[in-house]
Amino acid sequence: MQIKQIGIFIVIFLASAQLKAQTVDLFAEESNKKVKDIVTSTFKSTRIVNGQSIENVGAGVLDFRISHRFGAISQGGYNLFGLDQATMRIGLDYGVIPRLTVGIGRSTYEKQYDAFLKFKILQQQTGEKNIPVGISYVGSTILKTIKDASTTYTPYTTDRLSFAHQILIASKINDYLSIQLSPTVVHYNLVDSTNIPNDFKSLGISSRLRVSKRVNITSEYYIRFDKLAGYYNPLSIGVDIETGGHVFQLHVSNSKGMTERTFINETTGSWMDGDLCFGFNIVRAFSIRKPKELRSIKW
Amino acid sequence: MKNLSIVLAVLVLGISLQTNAQKVFATKTGQLFFNATGSIVKIVAVNNQVDSKFVDATGQIIFGVLIKGFKFENQLMEDHFNENYMESTQFPKADFKGFIKNIKEINFAKDGKYPIAIEGNLTIHGVTQKVGTAGTLEIAQGKPSIIGEFSVKIKDYGIKGLYIGDKIANEAKINVNCKYQN
Repeated sequence: MQIKQIGIFIVIFLASAQLKAQTVDLFAEESNKKVKDIVTSTFKSTRIVNGQSIENVGAGVLDFRISHRFGAISQGGYNLFGLDQATMRIGLDYGVIPRLTVGIGRSTYEKQYDAFLKFKILQQQTGEKNIPVGISYVGSTILKTIKDASTTYTPYTTDRLSFAHQILIASKINDYLSIQLSPTVVHYNLVDSTNIPNDFKSLGISSRLRVSKRVNITSEYYIRFDKLAGYYNPLSIGVDIETGGHVFQLHVSNSKGMTERTFINETTGSWMDGDLCFGFNIVRAFSIRKPKELRSIKW
Repeated sequence: MKNLSIVLAVLVLGISLQTNAQKVFATKTGQLFFNATGSIVKIVAVNNQVDSKFVDATGQIIFGVLIKGFKFENQLMEDHFNENYMESTQFPKADFKGFIKNIKEINFAKDGKYPIAIEGNLTIHGVTQKVGTAGTLEIAQGKPSIIGEFSVKIKDYGIKGLYIGDKIANEAKINVNCKYQN
């Protein structure tokens, strides 16, 4: 009887001793859990030069964007290498949610109005899932309001509309290099004659190369599969310079227009003939709506 | 005799349990506020996904945050924070491993505020530094929470940039607020 009791006693004692040995060591706990890491800053701005990049405006942020394109540098000193002639676009882009950006703009070139929406379908990410590319859709509507010289036909307002649809497929290969492909269809509601198609397909190829923490070199080229006669493929090369609150984009391009219709399909200059134009984009960001994490905090 | 030995057994078990009752308190939703406001612009951010655990018996405590989890008011600022300063692709995490030195002074059974001293290793941007700070541990309805404030000399962690010491303060103020579950 007594032996049995002592037996139980020893068992309990041993059990408790065992418990004692299990000390928790938090430092040894290494979390090998893969965390979802969404790739950011594939491009430095929402535009590469003229065309849309995969970047969206942050949620609640309003971008005020001023873009200038000067005349051809080849004109020489009389027009101060094109600086006398400027076309510009002013625009406002707003981030509704992180995935959705909407924007409006007005270009002096052909007195165009434009409106667009850009939606991020797939985000490039690592961690739980490895997705090497990001995919966005951009749809834009362009209204050309310049008065036509033609008097034989009075166009309706809808005739002046054109639409551009783009799928942006982008990949940030590493911190130094990003590449984007942009299959594009531009639809014209009215073209000059019946033997010209209304839809124009093209493919944009763009890249960003990081030179230093604040300087990036960008390039943008569109191959046109359906061509309007007398126009050239647009090629632009630019430099993105970041300062604390702005991104400055300086570039040379053979196109003067800044809407998809004009810069992809109606680029008048040719690199071979030296019809290059200098241009720049300046963006000022305004925080309209604070991120929800910061709303309730008083600093 | 029989009764005595049962009492003894229970007593031994009780004592051994008491000394071993290592409780781990944990949270995944701790808050961390960051303030590096320099000369002009307000540079503030919050991270609401602080991972923290501590053991009541040993005072061992850890904190971990993802750098990309910091939310700024300004998207551009957030991009610069990640890309140019913290280089968060290369160093995705920051963590602290240390001890609450006076853990024995805390009575977890009694509600109240207890001053605590924390010491340990802070790793930011891949650089580890020894740090120490004071904070408060509060017990409310048996649940502990820790509030603390300390500053981080940005250049001590190999973080470089033109604006540090000008638009960006030399020292960033960090406020911690973690409510633990048991």
